[in-house]
Amino acid sequence: MFSVLTDNWPLFRDGFWLTIRLFVVSGVLSLVLGTLLGAFRVSPVPALRGFGTGYVNILRNTPLTLVFAFLFFGAAKMQLALPNPFWTAVGALTIYTSAFICEVVRSGVNTIAPGQSEAARAVGMSFFQVLTIVVLPQAFRAIIPPLMSVLIALLKNTTIAAGFSVAEAGAIPAAMSERGENQLLTLLWITIGFLILIVPLIFLQRWAERRTAVA
Amino acid sequence: MRMRTLVATVGVAALALTAAACGKDEPSAGGGNGGGASDSCGDLHKFTTASGVDVAGSPTFTKMKSAGKVTVGVKADQPNLGYKDADGKRCGFDIEVARMVSAGLGFDPDKIEYKEIPSANRETAIAGGEIDYYVGTYSITDKRKKQVSFAGPYFIAGQDLLVRKDDTSMDAGKTALKGKKVCSATGSTPIQRVKDEQLTEASNISEFKTYSECVSQLLDKKVDTVTTDDAILKGYAATAPDQLRVVGKPFSTEKYGIGLPLADKALRDKVNSILETSASDGTWKAIYGETLGKSGSDSTPPPLEKY
Repeated sequence: MFSVLTDNWPLFRDGFWLTIRLFVVSGVLSLVLGTLLGAFRVSPVPALRGFGTGYVNILRNTPLTLVFAFLFFGAAKMQLALPNPFWTAVGALTIYTSAFICEVVRSGVNTIAPGQSEAARAVGMSFFQVLTIVVLPQAFRAIIPPLMSVLIALLKNTTIAAGFSVAEAGAIPAAMSERGENQLLTLLWITIGFLILIVPLIFLQRWAERRTAVA
Repeated sequence: MRMRTLVATVGVAALALTAAACGKDEPSAGGGNGGGASDSCGDLHKFTTASGVDVAGSPTFTKMKSAGKVTVGVKADQPNLGYKDADGKRCGFDIEVARMVSAGLGFDPDKIEYKEIPSANRETAIAGGEIDYYVGTYSITDKRKKQVSFAGPYFIAGQDLLVRKDDTSMDAGKTALKGKKVCSATGSTPIQRVKDEQLTEASNISEFKTYSECVSQLLDKKVDTVTTDDAILKGYAATAPDQLRVVGKPFSTEKYGIGLPLADKALRDKVNSILETSASDGTWKAIYGETLGKSGSDSTPPPLEKY
Protein backbone atom coordinates (compact mmCIF):
# COMPACT_ATOMS: atom_id res chain seq x y z
CA MET A 1 0.00 0.00 0.00
CA PHE A 2 2.81 2.43 0.83
CA SER A 3 4.76 1.54 -2.32
CA VAL A 4 2.04 3.16 -4.46
CA LEU A 5 2.83 6.43 -2.69
CA THR A 6 6.59 6.09 -2.28
CA ASP A 7 7.25 4.82 -5.84
CA ASN A 8 5.42 7.80 -7.29
CA TRP A 9 6.26 10.37 -4.64
CA PRO A 10 7.24 13.23 -7.03
CA LEU A 11 3.87 12.89 -8.77
CA PHE A 12 1.94 13.18 -5.49
CA ARG A 13 4.21 15.91 -4.09
CA ASP A 14 4.02 18.14 -7.20
CA GLY A 15 0.31 17.49 -7.63
CA PHE A 16 -0.64 18.45 -4.08
CA TRP A 17 1.73 21.40 -3.98
CA LEU A 18 -0.02 22.78 -7.07
CA THR A 19 -3.40 22.11 -5.43
CA ILE A 20 -2.33 24.11 -2.38
CA ARG A 21 -1.12 27.03 -4.47
CA LEU A 22 -4.26 26.99 -6.57
CA PHE A 23 -6.41 26.92 -3.43
CA VAL A 24 -4.60 29.66 -1.51
CA VAL A 25 -4.39 32.11 -4.43
CA SER A 26 -7.96 31.65 -5.63
CA GLY A 27 -9.21 31.52 -2.02
CA VAL A 28 -7.74 34.93 -1.17
CA LEU A 29 -8.89 36.48 -4.46
CA SER A 30 -12.39 35.01 -4.03
CA LEU A 31 -12.69 36.43 -0.52
CA VAL A 32 -11.77 39.89 -1.78
CA LEU A 33 -13.96 39.78 -4.90
CA GLY A 34 -16.83 38.04 -3.06
CA THR A 35 -16.87 40.63 -0.26
CA LEU A 36 -16.79 43.43 -2.82
CA LEU A 37 -19.73 41.86 -4.67
CA GLY A 38 -21.54 41.43 -1.36
CA ALA A 39 -21.06 45.14 -0.69
CA PHE A 40 -22.42 45.84 -4.19
CA ARG A 41 -25.56 43.88 -3.42
CA VAL A 42 -26.36 45.84 -0.25
CA SER A 43 -25.21 49.21 -1.61
CA PRO A 44 -27.64 52.10 -2.15
CA VAL A 45 -26.59 52.42 -5.83
CA PRO A 46 -29.07 50.55 -8.09
CA ALA A 47 -26.51 49.94 -10.85
CA LEU A 48 -24.11 48.22 -8.44
CA ARG A 49 -26.94 46.17 -6.94
CA GLY A 50 -28.01 45.12 -10.43
CA PHE A 51 -24.49 44.14 -11.38
CA GLY A 52 -24.06 42.10 -8.19
CA THR A 53 -27.38 40.33 -8.68
CA GLY A 54 -26.63 39.50 -12.32
CA TYR A 55 -23.15 38.26 -11.49
CA VAL A 56 -24.30 35.98 -8.69
CA ASN A 57 -27.20 34.53 -10.59
CA ILE A 58 -25.19 33.78 -13.71
CA LEU A 59 -22.04 32.45 -12.10
CA ARG A 60 -23.64 30.56 -9.24
CA ASN A 61 -25.85 28.68 -11.68
CA THR A 62 -23.15 27.85 -14.21
CA PRO A 63 -21.33 24.55 -13.72
CA LEU A 64 -17.68 25.16 -12.85
CA THR A 65 -16.54 22.94 -15.71
CA LEU A 66 -18.40 25.22 -18.10
CA VAL A 67 -16.66 28.28 -16.64
CA PHE A 68 -13.32 26.52 -17.19
CA ALA A 69 -14.27 25.40 -20.71
CA PHE A 70 -15.39 28.92 -21.55
CA LEU A 71 -12.12 30.47 -20.43
CA PHE A 72 -9.91 27.81 -22.02
CA PHE A 73 -11.75 27.17 -25.29
CA GLY A 74 -14.37 29.88 -25.75
CA ALA A 75 -11.90 32.71 -25.12
CA ALA A 76 -9.43 31.10 -27.51
CA LYS A 77 -12.07 31.08 -30.23
CA MET A 78 -12.72 34.76 -29.60
CA GLN A 79 -9.01 35.55 -29.97
CA LEU A 80 -8.72 36.66 -26.35
CA ALA A 81 -5.24 36.29 -24.94
CA LEU A 82 -5.29 34.63 -21.54
CA PRO A 83 -2.41 34.13 -19.11
CA ASN A 84 -0.84 30.72 -18.56
CA PRO A 85 -3.08 27.78 -17.53
CA PHE A 86 -2.39 28.25 -13.79
CA TRP A 87 -3.64 31.84 -13.75
CA THR A 88 -6.51 31.03 -16.10
CA ALA A 89 -7.54 28.29 -13.66
CA VAL A 90 -7.21 30.74 -10.75
CA GLY A 91 -9.46 33.06 -12.74
CA ALA A 92 -12.10 30.40 -13.31
CA LEU A 93 -12.10 29.29 -9.65
CA THR A 94 -12.20 32.89 -8.40
CA ILE A 95 -15.00 34.00 -10.71
CA TYR A 96 -17.06 30.99 -9.66
CA THR A 97 -16.33 30.95 -5.90
CA SER A 98 -16.86 34.72 -5.54
CA ALA A 99 -20.53 34.28 -6.38
CA PHE A 100 -20.93 31.92 -3.42
CA ILE A 101 -18.88 34.09 -1.06
CA CYS A 102 -20.95 37.10 -2.10
CA GLU A 103 -24.13 35.35 -1.03
CA VAL A 104 -22.59 34.22 2.25
CA VAL A 105 -21.48 37.79 2.99
CA ARG A 106 -24.91 39.14 2.09
CA SER A 107 -26.63 36.65 4.39
CA GLY A 108 -24.27 37.81 7.15
CA VAL A 109 -25.13 41.41 6.51
CA ASN A 110 -28.82 40.52 6.75
CA THR A 111 -28.29 39.25 10.30
CA ILE A 112 -27.41 42.74 11.48
CA ALA A 113 -30.40 44.58 12.82
CA PRO A 114 -31.32 47.51 10.54
CA GLY A 115 -31.37 49.76 13.61
CA GLN A 116 -27.59 49.52 13.83
CA SER A 117 -26.89 51.01 10.43
CA GLU A 118 -29.67 53.54 10.96
CA ALA A 119 -27.99 54.63 14.19
CA ALA A 120 -24.58 54.74 12.51
CA ARG A 121 -25.96 56.89 9.71
CA ALA A 122 -27.64 59.12 12.28
CA VAL A 123 -24.26 59.93 13.82
CA GLY A 124 -23.04 61.00 10.38
CA MET A 125 -21.19 57.93 9.04
CA SER A 126 -21.01 57.43 5.28
CA PHE A 127 -22.24 54.19 3.66
CA PHE A 128 -18.65 52.97 3.38
CA GLN A 129 -18.01 53.65 7.07
CA VAL A 130 -21.25 51.97 8.12
CA LEU A 131 -20.29 48.92 6.11
CA THR A 132 -16.64 48.60 7.18
CA ILE A 133 -16.89 49.75 10.79
CA VAL A 134 -20.32 48.57 11.90
CA VAL A 135 -21.84 45.97 9.60
CA LEU A 136 -19.11 43.77 8.07
CA PRO A 137 -17.13 43.07 11.28
CA GLN A 138 -20.30 41.75 12.90
CA ALA A 139 -21.42 40.00 9.74
CA PHE A 140 -18.15 38.04 9.47
CA ARG A 141 -18.76 36.56 12.90
CA ALA A 142 -22.03 35.08 11.70
CA ILE A 143 -20.65 33.76 8.44
CA ILE A 144 -17.55 31.89 9.62
CA PRO A 145 -19.08 28.38 9.34
CA PRO A 146 -20.69 28.85 5.88
CA LEU A 147 -17.60 30.70 4.63
CA MET A 148 -15.45 27.76 5.65
CA SER A 149 -17.79 25.40 3.80
CA VAL A 150 -17.39 27.47 0.65
CA LEU A 151 -13.60 27.40 1.05
CA ILE A 152 -13.58 23.63 1.57
CA ALA A 153 -15.74 23.28 -1.56
CA LEU A 154 -13.19 25.46 -3.37
CA LEU A 155 -10.39 23.16 -2.25
CA LYS A 156 -12.19 20.18 -3.75
CA ASN A 157 -13.22 22.15 -6.84
CA THR A 158 -9.55 22.73 -7.69
CA THR A 159 -9.48 19.14 -9.02
CA ILE A 160 -11.49 20.32 -12.04
CA ALA A 161 -8.36 22.15 -13.21
CA ALA A 162 -6.74 18.75 -13.89
CA GLY A 163 -8.73 18.51 -17.10
CA PHE A 164 -7.49 21.92 -18.17
CA SER A 165 -3.75 21.64 -18.27
CA VAL A 166 -3.11 22.28 -14.58
CA ALA A 167 -1.57 19.09 -13.27
CA GLU A 168 -2.71 19.30 -9.64
CA ALA A 169 -3.80 16.45 -7.40
CA GLY A 170 -6.80 15.68 -9.61
CA ALA A 171 -4.45 14.75 -12.45
CA ILE A 172 -2.66 12.05 -10.44
CA PRO A 173 -5.10 9.17 -11.22
CA ALA A 174 -4.65 9.56 -15.00
CA ALA A 175 -0.87 9.35 -14.77
CA MET A 176 -1.06 6.45 -12.30
CA SER A 177 -3.41 4.50 -14.57
CA GLU A 178 -0.92 4.80 -17.44
CA ARG A 179 1.85 3.58 -15.14
CA GLY A 180 -0.26 0.52 -14.39
CA GLU A 181 -0.58 1.36 -10.68
CA ASN A 182 -3.48 0.22 -8.51
CA GLN A 183 -6.29 2.74 -9.05
CA LEU A 184 -8.07 2.06 -5.77
CA LEU A 185 -4.95 2.70 -3.69
CA THR A 186 -4.20 5.81 -5.76
CA LEU A 187 -7.63 7.22 -4.95
CA LEU A 188 -7.23 6.26 -1.31
CA TRP A 189 -3.98 8.24 -1.05
CA ILE A 190 -5.53 11.24 -2.79
CA THR A 191 -8.44 11.14 -0.33
CA ILE A 192 -5.99 11.04 2.57
CA GLY A 193 -4.12 13.97 1.01
CA PHE A 194 -7.28 16.06 0.84
CA LEU A 195 -8.25 15.17 4.41
CA ILE A 196 -4.83 16.38 5.54
CA LEU A 197 -5.35 19.65 3.67
CA ILE A 198 -8.79 20.19 5.22
CA VAL A 199 -7.57 19.76 8.82
CA PRO A 200 -5.91 23.21 9.01
CA LEU A 201 -9.12 24.76 7.67
CA ILE A 202 -11.10 23.14 10.46
CA PHE A 203 -8.69 24.53 13.06
CA LEU A 204 -8.81 27.93 11.39
CA GLN A 205 -12.59 27.87 11.69
CA ARG A 206 -12.46 26.94 15.40
CA TRP A 207 -9.91 29.64 16.09
CA ALA A 208 -11.92 32.27 14.22
CA GLU A 209 -15.13 31.27 15.99
CA ARG A 210 -13.48 31.51 19.40
CA ARG A 211 -11.88 34.84 18.60
CA THR A 212 -15.08 36.47 17.45
CA ALA A 213 -17.33 34.87 20.04
CA VAL A 214 -19.47 37.26 22.05
CA ALA A 215 -19.45 36.46 25.71
CA MET B 1 -37.67 36.09 -7.93
CA ARG B 2 -38.99 34.55 -11.13
CA MET B 3 -37.38 37.36 -13.09
CA ARG B 4 -33.97 36.65 -11.55
CA THR B 5 -34.17 32.99 -12.48
CA LEU B 6 -35.07 33.99 -16.03
CA VAL B 7 -32.11 36.35 -16.27
CA ALA B 8 -29.79 33.63 -15.01
CA THR B 9 -31.15 31.04 -17.44
CA VAL B 10 -30.75 33.38 -20.38
CA GLY B 11 -27.23 34.18 -19.26
CA VAL B 12 -26.21 30.55 -19.06
CA ALA B 13 -27.85 29.77 -22.38
CA ALA B 14 -26.03 32.69 -23.99
CA LEU B 15 -22.70 31.40 -22.66
CA ALA B 16 -23.39 27.92 -24.00
CA LEU B 17 -24.54 29.28 -27.36
CA THR B 18 -21.46 31.45 -27.75
CA ALA B 19 -19.23 28.47 -27.14
CA ALA B 20 -21.20 26.33 -29.59
CA ALA B 21 -21.57 28.96 -32.26
CA CYS B 22 -17.88 29.76 -32.22
CA GLY B 23 -17.02 26.16 -32.87
CA LYS B 24 -19.40 25.89 -35.78
CA ASP B 25 -17.25 27.18 -38.62
CA GLU B 26 -14.52 24.64 -37.89
CA PRO B 27 -15.03 21.78 -40.35
CA SER B 28 -14.90 19.30 -37.50
CA ALA B 29 -12.59 18.29 -34.67
CA GLY B 30 -13.20 21.77 -33.25
CA GLY B 31 -15.21 22.44 -30.12
CA GLY B 32 -13.99 21.39 -26.72
CA ASN B 33 -16.06 18.27 -26.62
CA GLY B 34 -15.62 17.35 -30.25
CA GLY B 35 -18.55 16.72 -32.49
CA GLY B 36 -20.26 18.72 -35.17
CA ALA B 37 -22.52 17.62 -37.97
CA SER B 38 -19.58 16.77 -40.23
CA ASP B 39 -18.27 14.26 -37.70
CA SER B 40 -21.05 11.84 -38.56
CA CYS B 41 -20.21 8.40 -39.88
CA GLY B 42 -20.63 7.63 -43.57
CA ASP B 43 -21.00 4.28 -45.30
CA LEU B 44 -19.16 1.31 -43.90
CA HIS B 45 -17.10 -1.22 -45.86
CA LYS B 46 -19.00 -4.15 -47.37
CA PHE B 47 -17.62 -7.49 -46.24
CA THR B 48 -18.69 -10.89 -47.50
CA THR B 49 -19.77 -12.92 -44.53
CA ALA B 50 -18.06 -16.31 -44.58
CA SER B 51 -20.31 -19.32 -44.36
CA GLY B 52 -19.85 -22.71 -42.73
CA VAL B 53 -17.10 -21.47 -40.42
CA ASP B 54 -16.01 -23.67 -37.58
CA VAL B 55 -13.20 -23.01 -35.16
CA ALA B 56 -12.51 -26.36 -33.58
CA GLY B 57 -11.53 -26.21 -29.93
CA SER B 58 -12.45 -22.57 -29.36
CA PRO B 59 -14.70 -22.01 -26.35
CA THR B 60 -15.21 -18.37 -27.34
CA PHE B 61 -16.42 -19.36 -30.80
CA THR B 62 -18.81 -21.92 -29.31
CA LYS B 63 -20.18 -19.18 -27.08
CA MET B 64 -20.63 -16.82 -30.07
CA LYS B 65 -22.41 -19.59 -31.99
CA SER B 66 -24.90 -20.30 -29.25
CA ALA B 67 -25.51 -16.57 -28.67
CA GLY B 68 -25.90 -16.01 -32.42
CA LYS B 69 -23.83 -12.81 -32.24
CA VAL B 70 -20.42 -11.46 -31.40
CA THR B 71 -19.78 -8.98 -28.63
CA VAL B 72 -16.90 -6.66 -29.44
CA GLY B 73 -15.16 -4.20 -27.15
CA VAL B 74 -14.34 -0.88 -28.82
CA LYS B 75 -13.60 2.77 -28.20
CA ALA B 76 -16.03 5.50 -29.19
CA ASP B 77 -14.15 8.79 -28.98
CA GLN B 78 -11.45 8.46 -31.63
CA PRO B 79 -12.46 9.89 -35.02
CA ASN B 80 -11.81 7.58 -37.97
CA LEU B 81 -10.47 4.92 -35.61
CA GLY B 82 -13.09 3.88 -33.06
CA TYR B 83 -15.87 6.44 -33.24
CA LYS B 84 -19.56 6.74 -32.44
CA ASP B 85 -21.37 9.65 -34.08
CA ALA B 86 -24.30 11.66 -32.76
CA ASP B 87 -26.75 9.24 -34.39
CA GLY B 88 -25.14 6.27 -32.62
CA LYS B 89 -23.46 4.97 -35.80
CA ARG B 90 -19.96 3.60 -35.43
CA CYS B 91 -17.10 3.90 -37.87
CA GLY B 92 -13.35 4.00 -38.19
CA PHE B 93 -10.40 1.72 -38.87
CA ASP B 94 -10.73 -0.28 -35.64
CA ILE B 95 -14.46 -0.69 -36.22
CA GLU B 96 -13.78 -1.97 -39.75
CA VAL B 97 -11.22 -4.45 -38.42
CA ALA B 98 -13.78 -5.64 -35.86
CA ARG B 99 -16.39 -6.05 -38.63
CA MET B 100 -13.90 -7.80 -40.89
CA VAL B 101 -13.07 -10.34 -38.18
CA SER B 102 -16.76 -10.86 -37.48
CA ALA B 103 -17.45 -11.48 -41.20
CA GLY B 104 -14.52 -13.91 -41.35
CA LEU B 105 -15.95 -15.81 -38.40
CA GLY B 106 -19.26 -16.17 -40.22
CA PHE B 107 -21.25 -13.53 -38.37
CA ASP B 108 -22.89 -10.73 -40.32
CA PRO B 109 -21.09 -7.52 -39.23
CA ASP B 110 -24.47 -5.79 -38.78
CA LYS B 111 -25.19 -8.18 -35.93
CA ILE B 112 -22.22 -7.15 -33.81
CA GLU B 113 -23.01 -5.97 -30.32
CA TYR B 114 -20.54 -3.22 -29.44
CA LYS B 115 -19.43 -2.45 -25.92
CA GLU B 116 -17.40 0.59 -25.01
CA ILE B 117 -14.69 -0.55 -22.65
CA PRO B 118 -12.31 2.06 -21.22
CA SER B 119 -8.61 1.27 -21.50
CA ALA B 120 -8.22 0.50 -17.81
CA ASN B 121 -10.92 -2.23 -17.88
CA ARG B 122 -9.90 -4.11 -21.02
CA GLU B 123 -8.19 -7.08 -19.40
CA THR B 124 -11.06 -7.61 -16.96
CA ALA B 125 -13.67 -7.42 -19.72
CA ILE B 126 -11.88 -10.00 -21.88
CA ALA B 127 -10.96 -12.37 -19.05
CA GLY B 128 -14.46 -12.16 -17.58
CA GLY B 129 -16.11 -13.05 -20.90
CA GLU B 130 -17.96 -9.73 -21.08
CA ILE B 131 -16.70 -9.34 -24.66
CA ASP B 132 -15.52 -11.89 -27.23
CA TYR B 133 -12.71 -9.75 -28.57
CA TYR B 134 -11.43 -6.18 -28.31
CA VAL B 135 -10.37 -3.85 -31.11
CA GLY B 136 -9.38 -0.40 -29.90
CA THR B 137 -5.76 0.86 -30.12
CA TYR B 138 -4.78 -2.04 -27.86
CA SER B 139 -0.98 -2.23 -27.71
CA ILE B 140 0.55 -5.69 -27.48
CA THR B 141 2.83 -5.73 -24.42
CA ASP B 142 4.46 -8.56 -22.50
CA LYS B 143 2.68 -7.47 -19.32
CA ARG B 144 -0.73 -7.72 -20.98
CA LYS B 145 0.13 -11.02 -22.69
CA LYS B 146 -0.02 -12.61 -19.24
CA GLN B 147 -3.70 -11.71 -18.91
CA VAL B 148 -5.04 -11.82 -22.47
CA SER B 149 -3.83 -13.10 -25.83
CA PHE B 150 -3.37 -11.05 -28.96
CA ALA B 151 -4.01 -11.68 -32.65
CA GLY B 152 -2.11 -9.37 -34.97
CA PRO B 153 -0.65 -6.82 -34.93
CA TYR B 154 -3.02 -5.34 -37.48
CA PHE B 155 -1.43 -1.90 -37.25
CA ILE B 156 1.90 -0.54 -36.08
CA ALA B 157 1.54 2.86 -34.52
CA GLY B 158 4.17 5.16 -33.09
CA GLN B 159 4.17 8.39 -31.17
CA ASP B 160 4.05 11.18 -33.72
CA LEU B 161 3.11 14.85 -34.03
CA LEU B 162 -0.07 16.44 -35.35
CA VAL B 163 0.57 19.95 -36.67
CA ARG B 164 -1.27 22.66 -38.57
CA LYS B 165 -0.97 21.92 -42.26
CA ASP B 166 1.17 24.95 -43.14
CA ASP B 167 3.59 24.55 -40.23
CA THR B 168 6.79 22.84 -41.40
CA SER B 169 8.91 23.75 -38.36
CA MET B 170 8.51 20.34 -36.71
CA ASP B 171 9.06 18.14 -39.76
CA ALA B 172 12.26 16.76 -38.22
CA GLY B 173 10.15 14.98 -35.61
CA LYS B 174 10.80 14.88 -31.87
CA THR B 175 14.13 16.71 -32.03
CA ALA B 176 12.31 19.81 -33.31
CA LEU B 177 10.05 20.10 -30.26
CA LYS B 178 12.31 22.39 -28.19
CA GLY B 179 10.51 25.67 -27.62
CA LYS B 180 7.25 24.35 -29.07
CA LYS B 181 3.95 24.17 -27.22
CA VAL B 182 3.03 20.48 -26.94
CA CYS B 183 -0.39 19.11 -26.00
CA SER B 184 -1.57 15.62 -25.07
CA ALA B 185 -4.03 13.83 -22.78
CA THR B 186 -3.56 14.34 -19.03
CA GLY B 187 -1.02 11.89 -17.62
CA SER B 188 -0.81 9.85 -20.84
CA THR B 189 2.26 7.82 -21.78
CA PRO B 190 3.14 10.11 -24.74
CA ILE B 191 3.22 13.24 -22.55
CA GLN B 192 5.19 11.36 -19.86
CA ARG B 193 7.73 10.50 -22.59
CA VAL B 194 7.95 14.18 -23.62
CA LYS B 195 8.65 15.06 -19.97
CA ASP B 196 11.11 12.22 -19.33
CA GLU B 197 13.15 12.93 -22.45
CA GLN B 198 12.78 16.70 -21.93
CA LEU B 199 11.74 17.18 -25.55
CA THR B 200 10.37 20.60 -24.68
CA GLU B 201 10.32 22.95 -21.68
CA ALA B 202 7.92 22.10 -18.85
CA SER B 203 6.12 25.42 -19.25
CA ASN B 204 5.29 24.52 -22.87
CA ILE B 205 3.39 21.35 -21.97
CA SER B 206 -0.41 21.37 -22.00
CA GLU B 207 -2.50 18.45 -20.79
CA PHE B 208 -6.24 18.17 -21.41
CA LYS B 209 -8.71 15.44 -20.61
CA THR B 210 -9.23 14.41 -24.23
CA TYR B 211 -7.28 14.63 -27.47
CA SER B 212 -10.23 16.51 -29.02
CA GLU B 213 -9.55 19.40 -26.64
CA CYS B 214 -5.87 19.43 -27.68
CA VAL B 215 -6.90 19.45 -31.35
CA SER B 216 -9.19 22.39 -30.64
CA GLN B 217 -6.28 24.25 -29.02
CA LEU B 218 -4.09 23.38 -32.03
CA LEU B 219 -6.62 24.82 -34.47
CA ASP B 220 -6.86 27.95 -32.31
CA LYS B 221 -3.05 28.27 -32.34
CA LYS B 222 -2.83 27.99 -28.55
CA VAL B 223 -0.48 25.02 -28.95
CA ASP B 224 1.89 24.07 -31.79
CA THR B 225 1.43 20.32 -31.82
CA VAL B 226 -0.57 17.43 -30.40
CA THR B 227 1.34 14.26 -29.69
CA THR B 228 0.23 10.64 -29.23
CA ASP B 229 0.05 7.47 -31.38
CA ASP B 230 -0.01 8.34 -35.07
CA ALA B 231 -3.11 6.20 -35.61
CA ILE B 232 -5.09 8.50 -33.31
CA LEU B 233 -3.54 11.61 -34.88
CA LYS B 234 -4.26 10.40 -38.41
CA GLY B 235 -7.86 9.97 -37.35
CA TYR B 236 -8.05 13.63 -36.35
CA ALA B 237 -6.13 14.76 -39.44
CA ALA B 238 -8.67 12.89 -41.58
CA THR B 239 -11.48 14.98 -40.08
CA ALA B 240 -9.78 18.20 -41.27
CA PRO B 241 -7.26 17.31 -44.00
CA ASP B 242 -7.16 20.95 -45.17
CA GLN B 243 -5.99 22.22 -41.79
CA LEU B 244 -4.08 19.41 -40.13
CA ARG B 245 -1.47 16.83 -40.99
CA VAL B 246 0.67 14.22 -39.24
CA VAL B 247 4.43 14.81 -39.40
CA GLY B 248 5.18 11.13 -40.08
CA LYS B 249 8.35 10.62 -38.02
CA PRO B 250 7.17 8.17 -35.35
CA PHE B 251 9.44 7.90 -32.31
CA SER B 252 8.06 4.86 -30.50
CA THR B 253 6.51 1.54 -31.51
CA GLU B 254 3.04 0.44 -30.52
CA LYS B 255 1.75 -2.77 -32.07
CA TYR B 256 -2.04 -2.78 -32.08
CA GLY B 257 -3.49 -6.24 -31.57
CA ILE B 258 -6.93 -7.78 -31.23
CA GLY B 259 -7.41 -8.75 -27.61
CA LEU B 260 -8.72 -12.29 -27.08
CA PRO B 261 -9.28 -14.59 -24.11
CA LEU B 262 -5.96 -15.94 -22.87
CA ALA B 263 -6.39 -19.67 -23.41
CA ASP B 264 -8.16 -19.55 -26.77
CA LYS B 265 -5.30 -20.36 -29.17
CA ALA B 266 -7.70 -21.78 -31.78
CA LEU B 267 -9.53 -18.45 -32.09
CA ARG B 268 -6.26 -16.53 -32.15
CA ASP B 269 -5.01 -18.63 -35.08
CA LYS B 270 -8.32 -18.13 -36.89
CA VAL B 271 -8.27 -14.34 -36.41
CA ASN B 272 -4.64 -14.24 -37.53
CA SER B 273 -5.58 -16.04 -40.73
CA ILE B 274 -8.41 -13.56 -41.33
CA LEU B 275 -5.89 -10.71 -40.92
CA GLU B 276 -3.43 -12.49 -43.24
CA THR B 277 -6.07 -12.82 -45.96
CA SER B 278 -7.05 -9.17 -45.62
CA ALA B 279 -3.44 -8.14 -46.14
CA SER B 280 -3.01 -10.26 -49.28
CA ASP B 281 -6.37 -9.60 -50.98
CA GLY B 282 -6.24 -5.82 -50.56
CA THR B 283 -9.02 -5.54 -47.97
CA TRP B 284 -6.65 -4.03 -45.38
CA LYS B 285 -5.54 -1.33 -47.83
CA ALA B 286 -9.16 -0.64 -48.74
CA ILE B 287 -10.41 -0.11 -45.19
CA TYR B 288 -7.31 1.90 -44.30
CA GLY B 289 -7.95 4.17 -47.30
CA GLU B 290 -11.59 4.65 -46.25
CA THR B 291 -10.66 5.70 -42.72
CA LEU B 292 -7.19 6.76 -41.52
CA GLY B 293 -5.90 7.07 -45.10
CA LYS B 294 -8.10 10.16 -45.57
CA SER B 295 -5.48 12.02 -43.51
CA GLY B 296 -3.15 11.81 -46.51
CA SER B 297 -0.60 9.47 -44.94
CA ASP B 298 0.00 6.02 -46.35
CA SER B 299 0.45 2.73 -44.52
CA THR B 300 0.92 -0.99 -45.12
CA PRO B 301 -0.30 -4.05 -43.22
CA PRO B 302 2.35 -5.12 -40.68
CA PRO B 303 3.71 -8.69 -40.48
CA LEU B 304 1.81 -10.87 -38.02
CA GLU B 305 3.37 -12.22 -34.87
CA LYS B 306 2.04 -15.70 -34.38
CA TYR B 307 2.66 -17.38 -31.08
